[in-house]
Amino acid sequence: MSFFIETLLGGLMTGMLYALVALGFVLIYKASGVFNFAQGAMVLFAALAMARFSEWIPGWLGIESLFLANLIAIVLTVVVMFVVAWLVERLALRHLVNQNEATLLMATLGITYVLDGVGQTIFGSDIYKIDVGMPKDPVIMLESMFEGGVLINKEDFIAAAIAAILVAALTLFFQKTPTGRALRAVADDHQAALSVGIPLDRIWVIVWCVAGITALVAGIIWGSKLGVQFSLSTVALRALPVVILGGLTSVPGAIIGGLIIGVGEKLSEVYLGHYVGGGIEIWFAYMLALVFLLFRPQGLFGEKIIDRV
Amino acid sequence: MSGRKIGDVILDLKNISLSFGGVKALTDISFDVREHEVRAIIGPNGAGKSSMLNVINGVYHPQEGEIIFRGQHRRDMDTHEAAEQGIARTFQNIALFKGMSVLDNIMTGRNLRMKSNLFLQALWIGPAQREELEHRKKVEEIIDFLEIQHIRKTPVGRLPYGLQKRVDLARALAMEPEVLLLDEPMAGMNVEEKQDMCRFILDVNDQFGTTIVLIEHDMGVVMDISDRVVVLDYGKKIGDGVPDEVRANPEVISAYLGASH
Repeated sequence: MSFFIETLLGGLMTGMLYALVALGFVLIYKASGVFNFAQGAMVLFAALAMARFSEWIPGWLGIESLFLANLIAIVLTVVVMFVVAWLVERLALRHLVNQNEATLLMATLGITYVLDGVGQTIFGSDIYKIDVGMPKDPVIMLESMFEGGVLINKEDFIAAAIAAILVAALTLFFQKTPTGRALRAVADDHQAALSVGIPLDRIWVIVWCVAGITALVAGIIWGSKLGVQFSLSTVALRALPVVILGGLTSVPGAIIGGLIIGVGEKLSEVYLGHYVGGGIEIWFAYMLALVFLLFRPQGLFGEKIIDRV
Repeated sequence: MSGRKIGDVILDLKNISLSFGGVKALTDISFDVREHEVRAIIGPNGAGKSSMLNVINGVYHPQEGEIIFRGQHRRDMDTHEAAEQGIARTFQNIALFKGMSVLDNIMTGRNLRMKSNLFLQALWIGPAQREELEHRKKVEEIIDFLEIQHIRKTPVGRLPYGLQKRVDLARALAMEPEVLLLDEPMAGMNVEEKQDMCRFILDVNDQFGTTIVLIEHDMGVVMDISDRVVVLDYGKKIGDGVPDEVRANPEVISAYLGASH
């Protein structure tokens, strides 16, 4: 029993991290109707910036404290992500208002390559580490309930908590604030949004900036687990099925989708893996996404696509 | 009609020409709109009525001509600027935010009047909260005015066509515009809905003093509610005046009946 719970918890925590990346997709899609292929590249870019800044800053400023150096690095990276958002709007999106979705998707593909290239040129292409001082030691919980207790990793636990807080904050922001409302309006109809005086350019900078910040959080968490390297940008590919499952337009969908996939792949690997020779974890998410595409293309929580004839 | 007084020229369009590549949508069109009046633009399909509205609203930028709005001379309009200057519009093919509730849709009309910054909004404190409540009050007035209280929380995508048109109007009204552009407000409606819409348009004009520029197909309706009418055909102006003048204009008759009288 305790093994089952360990697997379940492990799955939930991985799922939370998937959700975090998926959230970046959902945010940009909700606010601008663009499927942002560059989300993975943004995670890598943010993580690279963060890793290198925290490495350089003690030298630049002569700061000893790891905490302070990390803090400054985070602030600097947020500024960098803001500049990225601003440039994306200025150089790409502004010229593509009212173009169809495929055009915008292609533009984000282009942005992916630019970000990958520029990021590695500025920050280097080795493997770097991010150390924000998250405790790595495992703890044993619920000893009174199960024999031997449940072993969990403190780092995963904290990461999941951070992700949950971020998600809650973003949901409130989208649903409750005028800016959130303007973001949703832009997502629905550019032309109409312009006609009521919503400034498209500013909205896009805001949303790419917010997506950049979620990318940074995802980058820090994944980066401190796995190290910062090019393969980090493929984390985004893991988030694609999450988005399909949860629905492109739903923040709660991204979270629940992430959790389902995280738990699903861990449990299926452990309990079904030996029937098919293992390796389920790698394709489980994509199979699930495929099933959803066949039967419920708008995902679990996506807005129903209603077409009038 | 009522006690409203038609004032000076508020919007003056001079020699507007607009083309898309080789296609001429508008050729040398001039007309003016006076404060507080109901001004209609009519004409057969493809006459350039919607293009005209899009020029006023800044969606299209004419190659030639001048737009004078409230004494300010311009080469062309910019959508955001138009909204800021008090020009609101509705759309022929309803462009509402389908996933959002009626209330949220109308609230977006208040966007330009919201002053509190992103940070305060995010924390939902102090001025931001007070501001939201004030705007909400105004929006509720408009909801009452257009008699759509019962659908306040309904996602717009689920509403029947006639009601969507009304929400579209509500959103434009929430901007408290000086000039309201209506692109075929009665297209596709049944008789009853048309009557309601007519009543709302006249009430808006009467109670808020809003200047209205509207495009309409239905000649009967136009003649009933407009003060002055511009007639376009193939991108050219063929008539301009009070409804009775326009009705008697031989060019207008032939454009509509397709025969030389």
